[in-house]
Amino acid sequence: MTTLDAPVTPDDLARLHADLAARALGVGLVDVAYRTLDGPLGPLLLAATPVGLVRVAFAVQDHDAVLTDLATRISPRVLAAPARLDDVARQLDEYFTGRRRTFDVPIDLRLVGGFRRVVVEHLAEIGYARTASYAAMAEAAGSPRAVRAVGTACALNPVPVVVPCHRVVRSDGTPGQYAGGAAAKLALLDLETRVGAAA
Amino acid sequence: MDEPFERVVREHGATVLRVCRAVLGPADADDAWSETFLSALRAWPDLDRGANVQAWLVTIAHRKAIDVVRAAQRRAIPVADLPDLAVAPAGRDLDLWSALARLPHKQRHAVALHHLGGLSYDEVAGVLGGTPAAARRAGADGVATLRRTYGTTIDGGDR
Repeated sequence: MTTLDAPVTPDDLARLHADLAARALGVGLVDVAYRTLDGPLGPLLLAATPVGLVRVAFAVQDHDAVLTDLATRISPRVLAAPARLDDVARQLDEYFTGRRRTFDVPIDLRLVGGFRRVVVEHLAEIGYARTASYAAMAEAAGSPRAVRAVGTACALNPVPVVVPCHRVVRSDGTPGQYAGGAAAKLALLDLETRVGAAA
Repeated sequence: MDEPFERVVREHGATVLRVCRAVLGPADADDAWSETFLSALRAWPDLDRGANVQAWLVTIAHRKAIDVVRAAQRRAIPVADLPDLAVAPAGRDLDLWSALARLPHKQRHAVALHHLGGLSYDEVAGVLGGTPAAARRAGADGVATLRRTYGTTIDGGDR
């Protein structure tokens, strides 16, 4: 086939994409907006519906796979549209640099149901630089014997960091599993201990 | 379709821009590009899984580009000369877009859809009307003229 050498520059496409994202947000066509945020734990994927923050994912969770999952479970109208995530990105940045202890952004928990949702809703009660055991969380959620289910609920928390599942640790005090990896959990607990102690 | 729409923009954004530029010139192509992807985003969840996404987008882009042309014609005050396409952003493509603008209408559109948009000549005929053979002829004639006027960066034979 005859080919025409008609390159378009990455700058052209970046400018057009930014314009498209702004217009699509403006007319309510973006069901899932996302961006990535670089931080001390590597790039975080942030995704929000018009209701609120719906997903935070670590690089080890494979951002591409997470976006595919969001497209299937929420809507394929998924677009890199950073404006909707400006607030949460700024607050995460402040959190990682020790200037923020609580998040004030709307959360959309549509990806969690049943007991898992009850657990996730209770996570916010664990204050900055504090921890709770899986057993204590099971009790708080009204099912003291459901310790394993609490573990699962924490591991599958769709909005880690912002909803602090990293503050749930084993009864013996060791950190336990984490969606972002055990090292990430430890890093968050260390950060909060340091900042909490300095205050 | 249940794939994230973002991937569609990334994969096909450049092709859609080329088609829009071929029909409109670089200065007016941006608007048609945005309209194409807004319209595609709206329809995306309902598109059949087996659909040829590039052909679907190129067809939308062509329609949006025609809309831009018509809107400009409605606004335009008749003048003796055609507008100078050299007001486009500078760059190595300027000559190609100018050369395309000087082609007869049907050739320009056949080249935009087939050579830049990747539509088959059957699909081009479906968009432009007429037979696939006539579309093929228009495309071949257009490319022959471009080869003379624009020169070196056109290569290969026709299919």
